[in-house]
Amino acid sequence: MAILSRGSYDLKRYPGFGIMAAICLGLLYLPLCVLVLFSFNERRSVSNWSEFSLDWYAKALANDQIQQAALNSFLVAVVATIVATILATAAAIATTRRERFRGLTACYALINSPLMIPEIVTAVALLSFFSLIGLHLGLGNVMIAHAVFCVPFAYLPIRARLHGMDTTLEQAAADLYADPVRAFRYVTLPLLMPGIMAGAALAFVISLDDFMITQMVASAGSTTLPVYIYSQVRMGVTPEVNAISSILLGISIVFVSLMFLLRKRERA
Amino acid sequence: MVVEAETRKASNWIDRYSNLSATRRSLTLLSPAFALIGFFGIAPLGLILVYSFLVPGTYGGVIWEFSPEAYIQFLFERDIFDETLAFNASYLQIGARSVILAGLAVVGCLLIGFPTAYFIATRSAQTRNIWIFLVTVPFWTNLLVRTFSMMLILRDQGPLNAALLGIGITDEPLAMLYTDFAIGIGLLYSFLPFMVLPIYASLERIDFRLVEAAYDLYANRWQVLRRVLIPLSLPGIAAGSFLVFILSLGSFLAPDMLGGGKHLMIGNLISMQFGIARNWPFGSAAAMVLLSLVLIALMIYVRRTSRRNRQEA
Repeated sequence: MAILSRGSYDLKRYPGFGIMAAICLGLLYLPLCVLVLFSFNERRSVSNWSEFSLDWYAKALANDQIQQAALNSFLVAVVATIVATILATAAAIATTRRERFRGLTACYALINSPLMIPEIVTAVALLSFFSLIGLHLGLGNVMIAHAVFCVPFAYLPIRARLHGMDTTLEQAAADLYADPVRAFRYVTLPLLMPGIMAGAALAFVISLDDFMITQMVASAGSTTLPVYIYSQVRMGVTPEVNAISSILLGISIVFVSLMFLLRKRERA
Repeated sequence: MVVEAETRKASNWIDRYSNLSATRRSLTLLSPAFALIGFFGIAPLGLILVYSFLVPGTYGGVIWEFSPEAYIQFLFERDIFDETLAFNASYLQIGARSVILAGLAVVGCLLIGFPTAYFIATRSAQTRNIWIFLVTVPFWTNLLVRTFSMMLILRDQGPLNAALLGIGITDEPLAMLYTDFAIGIGLLYSFLPFMVLPIYASLERIDFRLVEAAYDLYANRWQVLRRVLIPLSLPGIAAGSFLVFILSLGSFLAPDMLGGGKHLMIGNLISMQFGIARNWPFGSAAAMVLLSLVLIALMIYVRRTSRRNRQEA
């Protein structure tokens, strides 16, 4: 190991790889920086910088349609997160807290299937399905659709957490005559909480970000923020769209940071 | 009294659950998730499989009558007057464009993603965490917002053209937006984190004494890369390539926003059939084609990985 990282003759180093890494970051972040920068532009232009201003944020926040869309996004995300997290927790316990059983791979495949199926396919399939069974719940349809694809995102961190916990404490609880329900309530659940929080945070972000499925499933009154932004972009690019996009971007970044902190504390 | 009755009812429920066998208990816990995904995730797929063999309704929807017309439409155009079939390559072209662009996105992501992942994996633990955080943020960031921001970059009056004009590479703005090039860049940009993260995960586990051993045996940098590093990170490369490929193949936003809706990919074709074109059976058939392509990619991926695992075992 020592030889590998000795200053000038570092065998681990490949010339140009650092530059590629810088290009990678630049590619990922430059567009986002431009987006945020021009949301603060005073003039209407999104390509010529004039002066710093928060006008577009004020305009965006005062816009009725944006308020309604934001409220819809929030409601859908909250309901989908709660439903998906509860179902995913139950499923994670069923697939980990016992020896491997036949059909386990099939269980994984079914739970994770929303990750594999292209979004556009899910979107049109749900549209057809809702119209066939005559389910017109407005926002309710969007909530159901979101809950489905949020399950695997909530499931994965919870399962990972359960894999990392050994069963000794639960066995101790059972030795002290705790029934499975109480052992879960007082032993497993508190230990599992960081995993559940991470899963819920992921589900929330994923629901908040979804465009494709919502676009297909949503009826007139149940527009969410991404669907609203898309319709505005179609009509023309304005700094108001930049402002509302930047807010959405900020929310995602806050949630990802939160997840990182949760995971760090878990390791510590 | 009431409280007592409540408690008894609750303990009854707990007793009943506790007395179930382990398998029954698992099934009870799994059933809500299975019901939700089965009913609203899998059943709708079955439905569009059926829809793809029906006749389109005039205002969207379907007429319940069997017809293979939707699949014929991929290759042939039916003359409105004499019902003869003429070969029509335009849908085939959309399919080919989708596969080619998805393939190019994989290659581009590999070329940028592998060096980046390697660079990150060879940093100190603390620097590594920061890099991983930076690559992960776009992973969870709204794809619509990200694609929109790429649109701002590629516009005729955008910063990229301003820079090119400034340096003097071109005299007039290059038309980059609404081209196949823009779609390709968009796909690369959208799904790059899906390549970096899995490759990083497998590079991180590499025992660098193997690299040292290779150098001791007079291997040069290129040979170490080709014979040691790439083979050892193959699981990550395969996973990343698979993810980027299926995500790009079914992509809607990049071709829609950056391609301007003129250069269609399968995703746009499907969306169009359920929207303005009002041909649900044809849209369903296109969705089935996309789903089959994804399943083929999945099968190749699973087969490759399980074979590799067996070889290692």
